[in-house]
Amino acid sequence: MKYKIGLFFFFISFVVSAKQIVVCESCGIKTIKEAIKIANDGDEILIKKGVYKEQNIVINKPISLIGEKGAVIDGNNVGGILIFKTSNFTIKGLKIVNVGLSYTIEYSAIKVVRASDFIIENCIFENVFFGILIEKSKRGIIRNNIITSNRKGEASSGNGIHIWSGEEMKIYNNEMYGLRDGIYFEFVKNSAVYKNYSHNNIRYGLHFMFSNNNMYHHNEFRNNGAGVAVMYSKFTTMHHNKFRLNWGSASYGLLLKEIYDAEIYDNLFEQNTIGINAEGSTRINYKNNTFSRNGWAVKISGACYTNTFKNNDFLNNSLDLAYNSNINDNKFDNNYWSEYTGYDLDKNGIGDVPYRPVKLFSYIVNKTPEALVLLRSLFVDIINFSEKVSPVFTPDNLMDNNPLMKRIND
Amino acid sequence: MLKILKYSFYDLMRSRWSYVYFLFYLILGFVLLFLNNDVDKAVITLMNIIIVLTPLIGTIFGVMYYYNSKEFTELLLAQPIKRSKIFMGQYLGISISLTLSLVLGLGIPFVLYGLFKSAAIFNFSLLLVVGTFLNFIFVALSYNIALSTENKIKGFGYAILMWLFLAVIYDGIFLISLVVFNSYPLDKFSLIATMFNPIDLSRILILLKLDISALLGYTGAVFRKFFGTNFGMFISMGVLVLWVLLPVLRMNLKLRKKDF
Repeated sequence: MKYKIGLFFFFISFVVSAKQIVVCESCGIKTIKEAIKIANDGDEILIKKGVYKEQNIVINKPISLIGEKGAVIDGNNVGGILIFKTSNFTIKGLKIVNVGLSYTIEYSAIKVVRASDFIIENCIFENVFFGILIEKSKRGIIRNNIITSNRKGEASSGNGIHIWSGEEMKIYNNEMYGLRDGIYFEFVKNSAVYKNYSHNNIRYGLHFMFSNNNMYHHNEFRNNGAGVAVMYSKFTTMHHNKFRLNWGSASYGLLLKEIYDAEIYDNLFEQNTIGINAEGSTRINYKNNTFSRNGWAVKISGACYTNTFKNNDFLNNSLDLAYNSNINDNKFDNNYWSEYTGYDLDKNGIGDVPYRPVKLFSYIVNKTPEALVLLRSLFVDIINFSEKVSPVFTPDNLMDNNPLMKRIND
Repeated sequence: MLKILKYSFYDLMRSRWSYVYFLFYLILGFVLLFLNNDVDKAVITLMNIIIVLTPLIGTIFGVMYYYNSKEFTELLLAQPIKRSKIFMGQYLGISISLTLSLVLGLGIPFVLYGLFKSAAIFNFSLLLVVGTFLNFIFVALSYNIALSTENKIKGFGYAILMWLFLAVIYDGIFLISLVVFNSYPLDKFSLIATMFNPIDLSRILILLKLDISALLGYTGAVFRKFFGTNFGMFISMGVLVLWVLLPVLRMNLKLRKKDF
């Protein structure tokens, strides 16, 4: 009985599903362009193993493009490769290599224009200029892709996943490296980026511009020029990300510029030159983050108002906090500071003496960067101590009144 | 000279202070490794201690030994031995025994905690090399002071002042000049200024190896370019050697004319 039902569904599906067009080197249809020409809406094009040297393949019908293992589209380093001008399409399992370089046109492996409800999955992109370039699109899913490039310099390289004006996109389980920005969002709304691994990119692992109401979580950003840059954006949620080893003379784990109302929680910042660099960032809640062995854990550069730092771990950073003004409108409360030297007489887990995270030395370094040469000198320890006893230069209301005695995320 | 070296060395080895010094480093090494169990981090903490303490101990030992063994030295001077041999023997005796306390005191706990398996072995050996240099430099400097000052109290005072100047005051002046001349390019200046202070030079050498260089931004790039290359390492080691040789040379010149 079971068997019969199975057979029934098999036939039903056969009748309902659209036809499949096979492309291979020894078939009747040898190129992808030909296949697209004869395809109808809803058809599936199966690309067999082989190298297809084609560029500027325009797809304007809602079809599925499925690659077999070993199917490669080679752009021969001239121009873009696939251009989708349709909705409801799927692309899966293809390997796309060698996108051309241009200083005026954004050539890309896959370009999507004015589309909605599409899926790009399990593809491998190698030596691309731009990987996936999406314009004015909605409800796309990009997952399980690997995008890599080996271009040098910011001007001659493109972004892995570049979205210009989009809504409700989901980007997950991708790996990006060797690009300019791993993922770039400009005018993107209500989208999620998660479980991606973005590393060794020339500029940023992930970059937001003018993009509101997005969230990214459970990603790892390692060894980029800067881990993540969030600029001119509102209502961004960032949690459970790992920012590691973004190390260099101008590197950040997370760069915040002109952003409002963000939530930053449960992230790990480890061994970055600057963990978080905040500039003009207002109403941001930092909670439960771990800052470990960074040069500066947090650097606040001005016009940052009503931010709260609560329940964060600051462990073995060279400098915990840098502040360039002595006006403070931000709140530090209930954090753990590994450099805290106070005591807890009533044993309630909260230190009895407030902690001042800004040292005189970090104030001086902000004014005269060269002074950093004197880091860990005895003289610096002495002036830090005297400033701690009676603050003159550093904002005197900038302190953690309830520093914790034990780590939070141990 | 070897005989006097041997005598001074054994004399110091027999004295309680060498053992105290050795035990201090031994306990310090064990406690540090016991507390954070991470050889890398222990190296940073040790650097802070070595850079301040080794010069201080070297200075005090040097001055103290000179004044304490003054009568015996005078006795030796009556013998047909060259002056420079007597004093070089004493100088090397102190420096070597102090270095031995340092190297063994820190080496034993680190080796027991598996230093050879860790990647920090290079940083650690650099630390010991720098510590050794600091010992030789500061014993030589303090011997100079002691030779030039008859008065014991004055000699001690000058020696401590010298240490205070190089360890603390120099950095203060350095920092102030950096802040005052803020609007000028300061990278070359700071590079040269570190060369004139053995404590600063040692500190920078270790710090750059510990990857703090990236924090320094542009200045860091200049520093890393200089110290990171073999040439820079060679130069800075050369400067440290010069810091040993010059005081020793001055000591010998002073000896020739000194009236005991």
